[in-house]
Amino acid sequence: MNEEFLNTLGSIVGTATPLVIASLGETITERAGVVNLSLDGSLALAAVLGFAAAWTAQEAGVLDVPMQIALGIAVAMLVGALIALLVGFSSIKLRRDQVAVGFVLTLLAAELARFLGADFTRIPGPQITRFNIPLLEQVPILGPVFFQQNLLVYFSYLLMFGIWFWLFRSSGGLTLRAIGERPEAAYARGASVQRLRYWYTFLGGALVGLAGAAYSLNVKPGWSSPPAMQGDGWIALAIVIFGGWHPFRVVLGAYLFAALRAVSSNIQTNGLFIFGQEISFPFVLLNALPWLLMIVTLLIVSGGLTERLLQYMPRAVQHRLRAFLRSDPPKALGTRFEME
Amino acid sequence: MNIGNPRAIAVRITFLLLPIAISLAIGAALVIAVGRDPLEVVDALWKGAFKDTRKLGGVVNFWIPLTLVSIGLVVTFRAGLWNIGVEGQMMMGALFASWGAQYIPLGESLAPLLHLILIALAALGGMFWGAVVGALKIRLGVNEIFGGVALNALVNVISIYLISGPWQPRIGGSAQGTEPFPTPALLPEFSARFPTNLFMIALVIAAFLIVMVMLNATRWGLNLKAVGANMRSALLLGVATERTSMSAFLVCGALAGIAGSYRVLFTFDNLRPLASGGIGFLGLLVVLLLSIRLLWVPLIAFAFAAILTGSTRLQIALKLDSSLAGVLQGLLVLFVILFHGVQEVFFPQTLEDDETAEDSVSSVSSVVKEKP
Repeated sequence: MNEEFLNTLGSIVGTATPLVIASLGETITERAGVVNLSLDGSLALAAVLGFAAAWTAQEAGVLDVPMQIALGIAVAMLVGALIALLVGFSSIKLRRDQVAVGFVLTLLAAELARFLGADFTRIPGPQITRFNIPLLEQVPILGPVFFQQNLLVYFSYLLMFGIWFWLFRSSGGLTLRAIGERPEAAYARGASVQRLRYWYTFLGGALVGLAGAAYSLNVKPGWSSPPAMQGDGWIALAIVIFGGWHPFRVVLGAYLFAALRAVSSNIQTNGLFIFGQEISFPFVLLNALPWLLMIVTLLIVSGGLTERLLQYMPRAVQHRLRAFLRSDPPKALGTRFEME
Repeated sequence: MNIGNPRAIAVRITFLLLPIAISLAIGAALVIAVGRDPLEVVDALWKGAFKDTRKLGGVVNFWIPLTLVSIGLVVTFRAGLWNIGVEGQMMMGALFASWGAQYIPLGESLAPLLHLILIALAALGGMFWGAVVGALKIRLGVNEIFGGVALNALVNVISIYLISGPWQPRIGGSAQGTEPFPTPALLPEFSARFPTNLFMIALVIAAFLIVMVMLNATRWGLNLKAVGANMRSALLLGVATERTSMSAFLVCGALAGIAGSYRVLFTFDNLRPLASGGIGFLGLLVVLLLSIRLLWVPLIAFAFAAILTGSTRLQIALKLDSSLAGVLQGLLVLFVILFHGVQEVFFPQTLEDDETAEDSVSSVSSVVKEKP
């Protein structure tokens, strides 16, 4: 396969990483029954504060580069986790609507990011460096695409398998799914529903924070206003639905979005050639593609349209296709659980 | 304990003031953190909003679109719908009005007629975009939050395409904005000292009164409430739930579209990218702050508009980013919601009956659970 093409695929995997991590984080939060709608703002605030921390350490010269990065990541994760905890607390303890609180936090965090980031706009800072994995990088095709990346990208692979294993192959995961599906039953069997919901909300939020750091310390280093990741939080939330709350499908969705974006930005810079013929149309319209894809994917998995189309399929495939396409949320998602 | 006794009143007042005090304190801490004096910020905000009648006119010019979208959002929230697409509906209204402003050949003498046509066009544009969100939600099971977010982004792409393509200025074509519209299309200023548009103010007041009556004294208002409270029982009671939900999107879309037209026909005099300027989202905050009660919308919208107008002075006077306004508004709404929860959980006796209905904002429990 041609090298340029593999490089492109490799860069798609790289740029998709924040989306992958954020969507996986939200997946476990929602699996526990809590919707953290604040992603679009959390990502921005985590990104800017993570970058600010790493940059400050660099200026002060107190840490070496890997530790500056680590500090930035830690700060970003803490920011994401705290915002998520606030959503959890307001819902679990204060009985507020998760969507309302999440939405307010989306706006608040985004404005806060702009306000605090004003002094950090467009300055260079520390960046995560590439690290090729020995041996694996030599594997044809897979090597250049997946194993000539940085540690954060490798972590996202581990995260995907880790979450899958936890969800579907461990007893802890069984409980996690239970508190999102039927909290009363889980409670009856001795699970401390509220505590676990806090915990998974916290964990998911920390991953969202990590995704924020993945932007400002890697994919689009630094900070700018409007932020590079604006809108990605919403896309990540949609990816979770598209992915049917299953880590593999969620990651697939994130790569799909990143690929589409890479194609559209490539066309906008290099033009579009089909069979050597230059095709011309207003390329700015290509920016609509990710959002159209978002609507289309939600259309497919949300049922209405799919059900109607399925009627025209042969009986035999209907059932399997439905199972493949549809994605049903955890049954207790967004609801409160009272221990009476 | 009933709500009339002194202790209950004290608790109620405390819970009214506490969120305000805490958000101001956090705001002050942030200002100190970036090395400025909070009192100077207050001074700048105040002067930026109320120094003279010109500034006051600026406040009113934010108040007009903000109140319009907030009234519309009360309607959609009543029906249990999260119309985040309101921002895009504003923008679509702005696009429709911009089309009319450029292509409808009515001269100065027929300006009032032209304005009516443009405002009607804008309402249609907003209704169109609201109907798309509604159809996606009601017919096809796509949650209105995600449908709305996507449609907001789509209309922005369309507007940038128009501005950098078919509608680009003859000289110096860029993505900054179209040429200023012909004078007859622009809404006139009342006076140079109080630059705002009286007709629009009248329209806002009319919209407020009409929606107030419609919500509280008509079958439609009752249906909205039923659908918002419990879709299933409303259906069983014979409410045409789909039509009711759709009507909410249409009403909100129309009001948002008119708000959008004000931005292009008065505030900017041309079409710019992101002309809606986040006012739709701010409207969501206004309505959330009020637990979707319409009565106080004009007042809170005025306060938010004042903060927004005042914040433009922060950059000039103190070299502070104007996003501080959004931070303050966001903090205030967040703490109002949280403290309402604290009061409800720990002091339930101090609330009136209609306030304890769990969440006043019912998102029908979930972002993603949809019944197509």
